[in-house]
Amino acid sequence: MSAVTGVTRATLVKDLRLEWRSKDAINSMLFFALLVVVIFSFSFDPTAEESRRIAGGLIWVAFLFAAVVALNQTWARELRNQVLDAYRVSPAPANSLFLAKALGNFIFVSVLEALMTPLFVVFYNLRALGPAYQLWFVASLGTWALVVNGTFFAAMSIRTRSREIMLPLLLFPISIPALLAMVEATSSILTGEFSAKFWMVLLAVYDVVFTTGCLFFFEVVLHGE
Amino acid sequence: MKRAFPILAILTAGLLSYGLYGALIQAPTEQTMGDVQRIFYYHVPSAWTAFCLFFVNLAASIVYLAGRSTKADALALVSAEVGVVFCTVVLVTGPIWARPVWGIWWTWDLRLTLTLVLWLIYVSYLMLRRFSSSGQTPMIAAVLAVLGALDVPLVYFSIWFYRTQHPQPVIGGGGSIDPRMLHVLLMNWLAFMCFATLVCWSRYRLEMVSRQVEERQALESLASRSPR
Repeated sequence: MSAVTGVTRATLVKDLRLEWRSKDAINSMLFFALLVVVIFSFSFDPTAEESRRIAGGLIWVAFLFAAVVALNQTWARELRNQVLDAYRVSPAPANSLFLAKALGNFIFVSVLEALMTPLFVVFYNLRALGPAYQLWFVASLGTWALVVNGTFFAAMSIRTRSREIMLPLLLFPISIPALLAMVEATSSILTGEFSAKFWMVLLAVYDVVFTTGCLFFFEVVLHGE
Repeated sequence: MKRAFPILAILTAGLLSYGLYGALIQAPTEQTMGDVQRIFYYHVPSAWTAFCLFFVNLAASIVYLAGRSTKADALALVSAEVGVVFCTVVLVTGPIWARPVWGIWWTWDLRLTLTLVLWLIYVSYLMLRRFSSSGQTPMIAAVLAVLGALDVPLVYFSIWFYRTQHPQPVIGGGGSIDPRMLHVLLMNWLAFMCFATLVCWSRYRLEMVSRQVEERQALESLASRSPR
């Protein structure tokens, strides 16, 4: 167990430090999400009432697209200098690497969300009519759902040609229930018309199922044969 | 085994023509929908066949992950390909029927959405196989198949709740089915299953032969290089 936490911590700290110095992923994600927000607000121009209903969808679609930018860089970074091959031959457990990468992506996407949400609130005139504190649960469960599968499928798609196109093609179909849950939960909280309980439970189940599935299969995917 | 193939082909042809006769002539015309309802004899058996094939794909993928058998991998590939074809038939015939009966081409109903999501997952599976290079294809494809299957119950519950929360259009009520209609339906399903087995079988043989050819070519190119 200590090997898992030790390797996880070391990899996570290394990734965060790399990101802190280069700011590649976070800058490109931020600018991309900003563009999506601006383009959406041009194409809809909604009233406060309407925007409350559609904002859940817009926010999560923007975050999903932006997250793909970061997820694509997760493993591509390790291909340079054969870091991934070095990892394969080392005795460190594969799952600790996966956890570190997933946690790193979780932090990147959470930072993105924290920075972008005020912009959404300003541009779309948002104010939650339901219990706003539940948005914290929706955001963290939803982000983990995107990131855990995204990290896993990014590891799969580095084995393919044109890997940057492959990741969304794999990730989006599988993420449909999670995305539906995030969008519906956010809309229910913003409009205050329905309870978001069911969706949060569904997201939690989705997280548990796919975290287990990804941890179970990651070693197979990393070692290839 | 090789002799069974033409026998199955003849059987399939007979069953398919009998199924066509049953669907167009033998089955009684439905009271409210009229002749449009006859598409049902193609729509429903295709759906059942597609779901059976997706199940075969899942089973073959698990067998592959457990024992790394090449045959299981070829079977998984073949069943996904043929399953996607049958699923496409379902998604095309559905709207053709829905337009005159419901007055709309498409609705985000539970079964429709679930079929569409399944189709999307298996198309992404085939894309992965197509884009993936080298010998790791079978393994990552099998992992994707298992994760996709894990997704299905979650999709089911999410859409079920999504739909119960929103108003939904009236769907031709359940009720009982005429036994002659049921007979034709089951006959068509049998015919479609035979047809699917036939297509999978020949596609499977083709896949195995093309893999052998690839292997032989790889070996030959190695052998021609080694003397130098």
